[in-house]
Amino acid sequence: MSRPQLHLGVFYTGVGQQYVWSDPGNIDHTTIDGTLEIARTLERGLFDAFFFGEGLRVRENRGRVLATDVAGRPDALTQLAALAGATTHIGLVATQNTTYNFPADLARRLSTLDLLSDGRAGWNIVTTDNAWTGANFRRGGWLDHDRRYDRATQFVEAAKAIWSSWADDAVAPDSAAANWATPGSIRAVERHTDLVDLTVVPTLPRSRQGRPVLFQAGDSPGGRDLAARHADVVFSANTEYDKAVAYATDIRRRLATYGRSPDSLRILPGASVILGATAAEATERAEWLRREQLTPQRAIGFLEQYWGKDLSAYDPHGPLPDIEPDAGELDPSRGTISIADRTGKLDRIRTWRELAEAKNLSIHGLVLAIHPQDRSFTGTPTHIADEWTHYIQTRAVDGFNITPHLLPATITDIVDLLIPELQTRGIYRTEYTSTTLRDHLDLPPL
Amino acid sequence: MFLAVELDGAGAHPAAWRASGASPASVLLPSTVREAVALAEEGGFTLATFADSPVPPSSGADIAGRLEAVGRAAFVSTTTQRIGLAPSVSTATTEPFHLAAQIASLDHATHGRAAWVVEGATPAELATVGTDGPPGEAAEVVAAVRALWDSWEDDAVIKDVPTGRYLDPDKVHHIDFEGATFTVKGPLITPRPPQGQPVILAADTLDVPADITLVDARPDRAAAARAAGARLVFAELEVVLDAHKPASARLADLNRATPWSTSRTRYTGSAEGLVALLATLSANFDGVRLHPAVLSVDLPALVEHVLPVLDLYPRGDTLRASLGLAKPANRFEGSTR
Ligand SMILES: Cc1cc2nc3c(=O)[nH]c(=O)nc-3n(C[C@H](O)[C@H](O)[C@H](O)COP(=O)(O)O)c2cc1C
Repeated sequence: MSRPQLHLGVFYTGVGQQYVWSDPGNIDHTTIDGTLEIARTLERGLFDAFFFGEGLRVRENRGRVLATDVAGRPDALTQLAALAGATTHIGLVATQNTTYNFPADLARRLSTLDLLSDGRAGWNIVTTDNAWTGANFRRGGWLDHDRRYDRATQFVEAAKAIWSSWADDAVAPDSAAANWATPGSIRAVERHTDLVDLTVVPTLPRSRQGRPVLFQAGDSPGGRDLAARHADVVFSANTEYDKAVAYATDIRRRLATYGRSPDSLRILPGASVILGATAAEATERAEWLRREQLTPQRAIGFLEQYWGKDLSAYDPHGPLPDIEPDAGELDPSRGTISIADRTGKLDRIRTWRELAEAKNLSIHGLVLAIHPQDRSFTGTPTHIADEWTHYIQTRAVDGFNITPHLLPATITDIVDLLIPELQTRGIYRTEYTSTTLRDHLDLPPL
Repeated sequence: MFLAVELDGAGAHPAAWRASGASPASVLLPSTVREAVALAEEGGFTLATFADSPVPPSSGADIAGRLEAVGRAAFVSTTTQRIGLAPSVSTATTEPFHLAAQIASLDHATHGRAAWVVEGATPAELATVGTDGPPGEAAEVVAAVRALWDSWEDDAVIKDVPTGRYLDPDKVHHIDFEGATFTVKGPLITPRPPQGQPVILAADTLDVPADITLVDARPDRAAAARAAGARLVFAELEVVLDAHKPASARLADLNRATPWSTSRTRYTGSAEGLVALLATLSANFDGVRLHPAVLSVDLPALVEHVLPVLDLYPRGDTLRASLGLAKPANRFEGSTR
């Protein structure tokens, strides 16, 4: 049997502090020209997919748009359709939520991307558990966390019905036929489940890969179950080796309960990659990066989210705010907050105060100490290639979704320095041998 | 004058797929879209429109398939340079917020050549959305979309390294739109499009404010649209041109397969006759949107025999520039909201 292969995607979030916008070497990453340059570099590096995140409300800090992070991005499906017209191999994956979309509309847009790209489309299914985002949409903040996965399941099942509504030979082979489509070869789809309501005669056939590849991102039990039932790929947050192994074990167990083989799902955790010519250089870059990402201004903003108060008068290099935090909930306007972090705010602040006191930390120092670390691989190309080989050979993951911190530098470094090491180890393709995303990912045919 | 062309499927005649010379399934191929747009651009059309609906274009013996229109337009964004790209999007079957982001993104991807053909919805189209509605009035959706396009000021992104600010928060605005059945907070996720406001096209019957009002090719309709405040008024005109057979014989052949029953004005005849008709129309209309019966036959005929002899406005860098429309001021400039 051939060796297991590593699959790579790039995750373009378009928001957040991991991207160092201040670096003068960066391209204008939200423009079509910048994005196309990245897509072509990914094709040069034989990547599986170019993957767009979704955030449907511009992040805020206490009622004003957050100034410190990159913001502003295109509609993912529109931008990916533009890329489809200018690329030939790269998979094109859009994160799209099932709460603030209409199922028939989204299924058709995804199908369109799949046909325009001749079988390279993917859909990262998320639920966007955030009523604050809902303020931009007709149904506002409907659906609590558990019901969102019920809607997601019903939504995906409706989408799958839409994608399989055309018989493969529905369209007449020549224009002398009595009908453009053979009567009875296109089925109307009607769904009236408790959270999805639609009646539609779909307008599109299956693509070269059948239908868009389904990704799922969301780590709660509800999210994992949705993945086990319907996803082809999971985009997981479990990157560290032990967590990755535990996650793979859990998700494969869930797969089995739905009668699916372990081989029918790819596991691609998110990761950042920091390369150096030596281990010391890589570590130095990682430290530089953390300081670029957690600037003094961002440290104040981070605490403001917890305090729920204006802290702009405090010196980031001075002691923690002497005022008491607001008792209310954590401000959701800085992005999705995991279920675990939604309660216990005041306890967390108390432990921070103790830590700052014990270690004599400033606001900036505290935030550098407590802010969650990016899930990063830091080292020489050889070191990371060896690490990834171990991940792959033990089937802990099938690959990674890389979040760049510089563009194009993160990508060009990986393509020029890391990919050749992976190829030498026999775990990465040396040319594209397929054209569809499904085939790039070695997924079983539908 | 200005000329627009509708590039749906195999052409405007429902039986066009029988006369296209290509396989029936070719209407769903990306290369078909790309070739038609390339020819329209080469021929000098100001803009191409892409008809759409969430349900099939025909319920009878004719074409039942269609790629979604924003996707088709975006697909050709990087392979065209001058032509405006105008997908049809319904105000009822897409979220206003998504719609605004889609057209804004098309405008960014084309460096300022995007437009939106506003569409209402039939009961069958509304059924695709079910209880995810209620849809809201078309005019309200247009108003919400327009406000979202202004929600970022042009110079909102400042990348000011010393203060650590990527953007100036005073220049990105909540819109707080309140319609009768829906609200939108804003701002849009997409920065202001290059044209500021992408061009809006709408039929006069929809009764929404538009940059280009599409009307039946009758002077009284043009006058009524202007009286209602329309800026540019385009006539809708179906065309069947002489080709391998006289136009009337071609039309008869097509109509034998499926009668072409529309309420639009139709021209059937020679290229010279069409040139004369367009000259007449230019007295009352700023432009004409042509609906070629069979794209593979009538579009090349238009490009070869009609457009070269017309007095068309030259195209500018953006669609607004091509149409002589200024970039609108941003309603939120100076606002602290
Ligand atoms: C790796 C990863 C990436 C995600 N990317 C997005 C995203 O781009 N947009 C979004 O709205 N949600 C994103 N999510 C959020 C989830 O899809 C989900 O909506 C949220 O986590 C709540 O579900 P959960 O409780 O199952 O995690 C992501 C989650 C994970 C784990």
